[in-house]
Parts: sequence; C-alpha cells; structure tokens
Amino acid sequence: MTNAKLMQGNEACTLGALAAGLDFFAGYPITPSTEIAELCAEELPKIGGRFIQMEDEIGSIAAIIGASLTGRKVMTATSGPGFSLMQENLGYAGIAEVPIVIVNVQRVGPSTGQPTSPSQGDVMQSRWGTHGDHPVVVLAPGNVKECYELTFKAFNIAEQYRVPVIVLMDEVIGHMREKVILPDIATLRIVNRKEPETPAGYLPYEADDDGGVPLMARFGQGYRFHVTGLFHDDTGFPSNKSDITNRFTRRLLRKVEKAEPAIREYFTESTDDCDILVVAFGSSAMSSLSAVRKARASGIKAGLFRPKTIWPFPEDSFKELAAKAKRVIVPEMNLGQLVLEIERLVGCKAPVERLSKVNGELFKPEEILSRIMGGAK
Amino acid sequence: MSDILKYFRQNRLPHIWCPGCGHGTATGALVRAIAKLKLDKNKVVVVSGIGCSSRAPGYLDFDTLHTTHGRALAFATGIKLSRPDLKVIVLTGDGDCTAIGGNHFIHAARRNIDITTIILNNNIYGMTSGQYSPMTPKGMLGTTAPYGNVERCFDLAKLAIAAGATYVGRATTYHATLLEDLIGKALINKGFSVVEAVDQCPTYMGRKNKLGTAVDMLNWLKDRAVNVKAAAVMAPEKLEGKFLVGELYNQPEPEFTAEYMAMAEQVRRKYDNFQGGVRECGQNSD
Ligand SMILES: Cc1ncc(C[n+]2csc(CCOP(=O)(O)OP(=O)(O)O)c2C)c(N)n1
Repeated sequence: MTNAKLMQGNEACTLGALAAGLDFFAGYPITPSTEIAELCAEELPKIGGRFIQMEDEIGSIAAIIGASLTGRKVMTATSGPGFSLMQENLGYAGIAEVPIVIVNVQRVGPSTGQPTSPSQGDVMQSRWGTHGDHPVVVLAPGNVKECYELTFKAFNIAEQYRVPVIVLMDEVIGHMREKVILPDIATLRIVNRKEPETPAGYLPYEADDDGGVPLMARFGQGYRFHVTGLFHDDTGFPSNKSDITNRFTRRLLRKVEKAEPAIREYFTESTDDCDILVVAFGSSAMSSLSAVRKARASGIKAGLFRPKTIWPFPEDSFKELAAKAKRVIVPEMNLGQLVLEIERLVGCKAPVERLSKVNGELFKPEEILSRIMGGAK
Repeated sequence: MSDILKYFRQNRLPHIWCPGCGHGTATGALVRAIAKLKLDKNKVVVVSGIGCSSRAPGYLDFDTLHTTHGRALAFATGIKLSRPDLKVIVLTGDGDCTAIGGNHFIHAARRNIDITTIILNNNIYGMTSGQYSPMTPKGMLGTTAPYGNVERCFDLAKLAIAAGATYVGRATTYHATLLEDLIGKALINKGFSVVEAVDQCPTYMGRKNKLGTAVDMLNWLKDRAVNVKAAAVMAPEKLEGKFLVGELYNQPEPEFTAEYMAMAEQVRRKYDNFQGGVRECGQNSD
C-alpha cells in the first residue's frame, strides 16, 4: 500500500487542508496545535502558498480573513487561549461571510490550564464563543484519518456556504499516531466558492432570504466592493434598517440550518437494537467504542453514536436512534457541555446520564463500561 | 477636481463626520496623492479598523475593508502577503492604531511589509465621544480624564521608526499640501510607511478642552507644529510643547513580501514536485 502512512492527527489535518487547496496559513504557536503551523511553514512555500507567523492569534485570524478575501483558501490552528483571542474576528468572518477554517486542538482550560493534556471543554465556546447570533460549523474528528477527512471537508463547507468552520480536535487526537491510508487526491471532490462573472451589476451580499449564499468576488479583480463587520444591505454598505438587520441575521443562521442534511456526518456502532446509547465524540468516543464492544461481548445491548458534525448537531438522525434507548450516557472531558444538547433532544423519553472527566486524562474504556453496566454515578 | 472625484464613491456621500472634523481633509490629501500617482483603482485596497477615521474607506472607490477595532494592519498583512502586487493602504485612528492595535502596528513596522499606514490622529477617541487616547497630550481633558490626562502620550513617529518603519512623515490638516506630499512619498516607498496626519476633533477634543472652533483648532495645530528642517537649527528649549512635521525618516530596506517570495522561489526550485509532507513532529509544550 503506497499510500499507507504512520502519522499524527495534526499532520493528517494539515495534509487534508493541503488536499483541499489550502494556500494561506497564519498562526501563532501553541501546544498542542503547533505541528500544524510547522508543517504549513514547510509545505506552503513549495506550492506557491503563503505562511506567516503573526504576532498573536487575533492577528492570525485577521490575516487569514484578509487573504481569503483575495481568493485564497485559508486556515489557522490554535488551542484554548488562542481560540479565546480569536473570538471577535470569528464573528467578523461570520457576518462578512468570509470562508475560513480554524483548527482548535483542545487542551485543558480555562486560561493557560494544562497545555499538554486533552480536554473537550470548548464545545460550547466553539458554538457560542463570539457575541451575537452567528453562523458557525463545527466538525469533530474521532481518529487520525478523520483529521484528514474532516479538515478537507471543513474547507468545502467554508467555501460553499461562506461560513467559518471549526475543526474541533483534542490533544489526544492531535498527537496520536495511527496508520492512515490517504485517499487518492484525484478522487476527492473539491468545492470552490461561487464567484461572480463580471463586476457589472455585482451586489456583494445579494442572496435569497432563505439561507442563500451570495457570490463572492475577490479583492484586486476590478470589483471594488466594500466589506464591513457592521450590519449591511446587499450592496455591502452599512445599514441600520431594522428590517435588513432582521432578515440578514436570519439568513446567516438559516444558511447553516439548511446545510445540515447535506453536511451531517456521524458514526454509529450497534445502535439498531441498543438499550443503552453512548454518545461521545473525539477521543472520548474511542474509549466509548471499546466499552460498547466489551459490553456487547458480555451480552449487554449497548451502542455508540458519535457525531462528526457537532454544530449543527445531526438532530433528526440522532432522535431516530435515541427513540428506542432506555438510557443515554454522555462521556465527555468537561463537566457537561455536549450533554446539554443531548438532554434537549432526548427530552423526558429516557434518562440522560453525564459521565464527566476533568483531570486531564482520557477516559479508560473500563470507566465507561462500568457506567454502562450500571456502575456508580 | 474631476481627477479626484473619480476615486470617490460619490453615491456614498455625504460622509458621517461632524462639521469641522479634520478626517475629511486628511482623506482628501490621500486621494490627491493617489490621483497624482495615477494609481489603478482596481489595484488598490484600503483597509481600516473602527472609529470615525475608519469610516473613510467606505467613501473611496477601491476594494475596501472595514475591519475590527485595532486590527486593520493584521487584515492588511493577509491581503498584502497574498497579493504583493496590490497597493495596500491602511487608514486608522490614533486609538485604533496605538492602543488596541499597537501590537500589530509595531510588528507590521518590524516586518517592513509594504503597507502605507495613514493615522488620522485627533488625539482623542472620537467615535465613542471623547475619551482620552494614548495620543492625548498630558494634562488635557477627556471624558475619562475629567481632571486632566495623567498619562504620557506616544511620539508616534519615533515609535514607528524604532519599530522598523522605513518611511515616516507627519503633517497636520493645516499643512494639507505637505500632508499630500508626504502621503505620496509614503505610497512610493516599498516598505512599511507611516504618515501621521494630526487633525482636529472640534466636537469632542475641542469642546471639552475649550479649544474653540475648527479654525481655532487648526491654528492651534499650526502653532505647535515645527518643520523638521527649521527645528534642526532651533534651540531645544524653543521646541518645548511643539511637534515636528515633515519627512522624519526615509531609509529603504528589504521588504517582507519580496523576501518571502524570494525564499519561496528558492524552496520551489529545490522541491519541484509536491509529494505531501510527512515527517516526524516533535512534542513541545506550552
Ligand atoms: C474591541 C472594541 N473595543 C472598543 C470598541 C469601541 N470603540 C469604537 S471606536 C473607538 C475609538 C476610536 O478612536 P480612534 O481610533 O482614535 O478614532 P476616531 O474615532 O477618533 O477617529 C472605540 C474605543 C470597539 N468597537 N471594539
């Protein structure tokens, strides 16, 4: 197998980005994401791309937004402290509808926390970290191969819907090495943003109210258009009109809502007849999978639902699967974030149990197995 | 006049600035300098942050980007590195540039990236109605300095020079032709160029400090400005309370995007075919 390689999640993520057409990276070093920046610094000059190490994460996300406006495919990578600094401009990318990809390799927080230990504490921040109602898509790889696949997909989503897309990894997923068989690049479907054909009559933010995506021109091509983080009408210039603000906010969020069936992705194991449904993502899902298999081996009807798209959450698919469950268990490396979404979706139909771990270590399969077996809560 | 008008989005006028505000004069100087250089409208990008001054790009007929407070230079860095062939201009306020954006400012200067930065310095936070900025002179009043500003202010030109800018000039809105001239030279310099346009905010700075009308404020600027050539032969005590105007620094040095492209060219020659990079990654921390 020529394409089989032993690699780290962070490397797979970078290779997936390059396969999708990444040609501009700006970042600021931070564990456990730094390998992504290092690999970009090495590879991008070889292919006519650009790499820059900015003075901080605020500058990093600003630089990629600027570069995206010139037509490039852009990415930055960071972890908790840096992700916090990026929030204001993440909102900017949302309101200005500039395609960007942000990789957040989660570590233990808050603050400097525990730089080299895994955590899943940024689930809610990744959805609601910046102020105001805003559109965002969050993808969560569950193994090294998916770091490649979902980063690739992140670019396609960013380009197609003109939204910021976050690849939410964690320290274990980022640093773990696995054998990966990379797909043949020629077989991959790359999506590019839709561009206008001529500057004549171009309205940079003209789109169907029902989640439409405007055509995106590039700077430096004779369009001479205006981009702002203020609410704007379809000309791109600021507007204070309440009707425009209302329609624009709804269109931005509707874009993502409408995309959900097309972008949704999840993994299931033994869910057809399960009584006990485990819901987990990222590295917690690896331990969960092992626990579910062990439970099955001893005759217990356990199953796993692992969302790869976290925001928007694959609601309909999940609800169908969860309908038959007698118990739902949500192991996550935080004090209860994804579980809030699961509680909302399950409602009163079954008890939803939290299984939290915040000591900077990942779940052992036995911890999850013991809960499946009805162990201590 | 028609030379200048063609660089404006005339349907976006009138502007939002108060009567007597200096931001229009400074924007006019920029447009005149651009017209004199006959820059191609399709190859100019104007980027700004947040503030009254940062509204200027909306009136200019180029690709224009109104960003977040203090971050214009970081957005502009992405544009320039992506497209070194474009002329990238940043319009920013004194607060936008030297307070919240101070870090981006010194690093853009350090890199000597080919961006022309025009700072519309009205010595106050205009848009938020008159709080003191890092450019408010000591002792002057602001809404957050009701007893007089106790902080020192920057000498912005010295800051830019020390950080690595390769062209630095300063003029006031009273010296509008000098301002235009300096901006023209800044636009020609291949590197990080800074022009500080000291201007007047009669509404907040003026009223709070009882500086009179816009005309009185222009005279106030004139009286404190000393041309750098005249200053060279003046006794130091004569320069107290004054500031220098004119070309303050002009030393070309290798420019960042050109250096990056040269490096990339060398790398490309070495690795003609991209194979996908797979290598060992060390484990680091913090
Ligand atoms: C992150 C952030 N903090 C604060 C503000 C509020 N704010 C808007 S403009 C401004 C000051 C602008 O002053 P200056 O840059 O001097 O420009 P001027 O309005 O005087 O032209 C501030 C503090 C903001 N928009 N964003």
